Amino acid sequence: MDFIAGLLANRIVAAILVVIAVPAVLVGYIALIEAIVSRLGRRWSGAIRPWLWMAPALAFLGVFLVYPTIATIIRSFQNRRGDAFIGLDNFVWFFTRNDTLIALRNNAIWVVLLPLLVVGIGLLIAVLVDRVRYESVVKSIVFLPLAISFVAAGVIWRLMYDVDPKVGTLNATVKAAGGQPVTWLSSAPLNNVMLILVGVWMFTGFAMVILSAGLKGISTELLEAARVDGANEWRVFRSIILPLLAPTIAVVATTIVIYALKTFDIVFVMTNGNFDTDVIGFRMYKELFNNTQPGRAAAVAVVLLIAIIPVMFVNIRRFRQQEAVR
Amino acid sequence: MTQVQAPVAIGVEIQPKRGSRRLGSVPLHIVLTIIMAIWAIPALGLLIASFRTAAATNRSGWWTAIAPPYEFTFQNYDYVLNRAGFWDSFLNSFLITIPATVLVVLIAAFAAYAFSWMNFPGRNVLFVVVVGLLVVPLQVTLIPVLSFFRDIEIAGNKLNGTILAVWLAHTGYGLPFAVYLLRNYIGGLPREVFESASIDGAGPATAFFRLAVPMSVPALASLVIFQFLWVWNDLLVALVYLGPIPQNHPLSVTLANLTTNFGGNWQFVTAAAFVSMIIPIIVFFSLQRYFVRGITGGAVKG
Repeated sequence: MDFIAGLLANRIVAAILVVIAVPAVLVGYIALIEAIVSRLGRRWSGAIRPWLWMAPALAFLGVFLVYPTIATIIRSFQNRRGDAFIGLDNFVWFFTRNDTLIALRNNAIWVVLLPLLVVGIGLLIAVLVDRVRYESVVKSIVFLPLAISFVAAGVIWRLMYDVDPKVGTLNATVKAAGGQPVTWLSSAPLNNVMLILVGVWMFTGFAMVILSAGLKGISTELLEAARVDGANEWRVFRSIILPLLAPTIAVVATTIVIYALKTFDIVFVMTNGNFDTDVIGFRMYKELFNNTQPGRAAAVAVVLLIAIIPVMFVNIRRFRQQEAVR
Repeated sequence: MTQVQAPVAIGVEIQPKRGSRRLGSVPLHIVLTIIMAIWAIPALGLLIASFRTAAATNRSGWWTAIAPPYEFTFQNYDYVLNRAGFWDSFLNSFLITIPATVLVVLIAAFAAYAFSWMNFPGRNVLFVVVVGLLVVPLQVTLIPVLSFFRDIEIAGNKLNGTILAVWLAHTGYGLPFAVYLLRNYIGGLPREVFESASIDGAGPATAFFRLAVPMSVPALASLVIFQFLWVWNDLLVALVYLGPIPQNHPLSVTLANLTTNFGGNWQFVTAAAFVSMIIPIIVFFSLQRYFVRGITGGAVKG
């Protein structure tokens, strides 16, 4: 017991150190580089300063994301054992098989439906709760699913979608309304939509929190001025809130589109990719860990990377426009 | 902190919820009630299932438990809370989550400030690369990063298997979204504020800590919430980089072992879900007060 108590005490000391030391080191870093940069000439300081401010971020990104990504791109052109280059064979495999193409189709459904519903409902909630006194109650309830682990979410949604109307909430409702029980999770393509609805339940809170934070940044004077000038609520929303919130909406939509492309957890816990619900994120996992085909898994990841290019293109254009008006 | 709180307090005072009078309030309340019901029902089902035995949940729907005869039991919670190592892993979760959150938020804020208010060649290209990294699936990075951790030694200790390795990995994985979110918010702050600060002789560090950070509080608060949640609930990163030694395991790993060790004891997962939800919910509630209008409102007057 003494040993355990000592260990706990040590950990608490470590925890206190960590809470103070980590921010202190980071703030100290900025103080140090500013002290150095400000001694340099004007020309040099302007050229070096941004890189020093970004250096910690770039170092982390380089080690944990850029280097593994480059390794993956190279790997996608190699064979199973990784000792010979085999050209485009892995990609030919991906685009000529029925099950991978179904996974690709399912991702297309995810990429369209999930952002549309999450951003749409999230925006609706963010705008509506701004007008009521019980704002924090609504927000907390919608936020709740984000705090639930995927494993637990899988348990509850399997209960929601259960075929047996005695156990399954949804079929109990259908039966009470006089309908026949539906096999929500095993009839394609309906089951894809049902999985996406689990995603909507989990991620609308994310969109709501960020959009609400953006909404609070719009000045009250501006909204009041428009209302005094006789604009109705719809006009205020269309002509003031929506344009000012557009950059935030784009951030949320981009994040959700990327999540939809990478989607893995919900499929993993709900259907395990059965009944034509496979998606490419899960396909990659299976090739990597179940089939031990790292070359093919890498090719699937590269397909994901390519799929994001149009989204990035839209984002560049938006940032150029933002620069122009600022 | 007083700098941040003062405008918030004023914001609350000058902003009574006047909007509710304008939009017909009855449909507004109906829509919000429906939304709350849709979002609450699955969570409520989970909560009720966590107080029932597995046999009862398999036999009848959770909604039947609301009516008599009441068959509630605490045995799921009892089992979860009294597992060996539960409180250690609770503490480990804090030791992992707090530094991983602080690191991401501060490092991303530095980078976002540079991307927003400093000029350098290749700024847009570099930014697009950073955001493009959002798409990299986590599974892709596991093997290269694991071999990197195995190669690194600090003071004779391998980095692999330590809590430090998990902080570093979470920081790397969290940065693209954090930089993206903060660049968008800090870049949208009024130019006049930074120009007048510069004219008054404030350097970039002063402008960052005294202006950019206090004015970005809503964005920083939402980032803290999400990074905290993501690290707190993460299973994959902790499993891979901490390895099998239970002494360093966070709550998520300990709770996930509930099911795998005994094969589908999912009724414990329902109780575990609510135990591990408590801290993220507290974080959400304590940061919610920063989502108040009026933080940037008065910054550009005159």
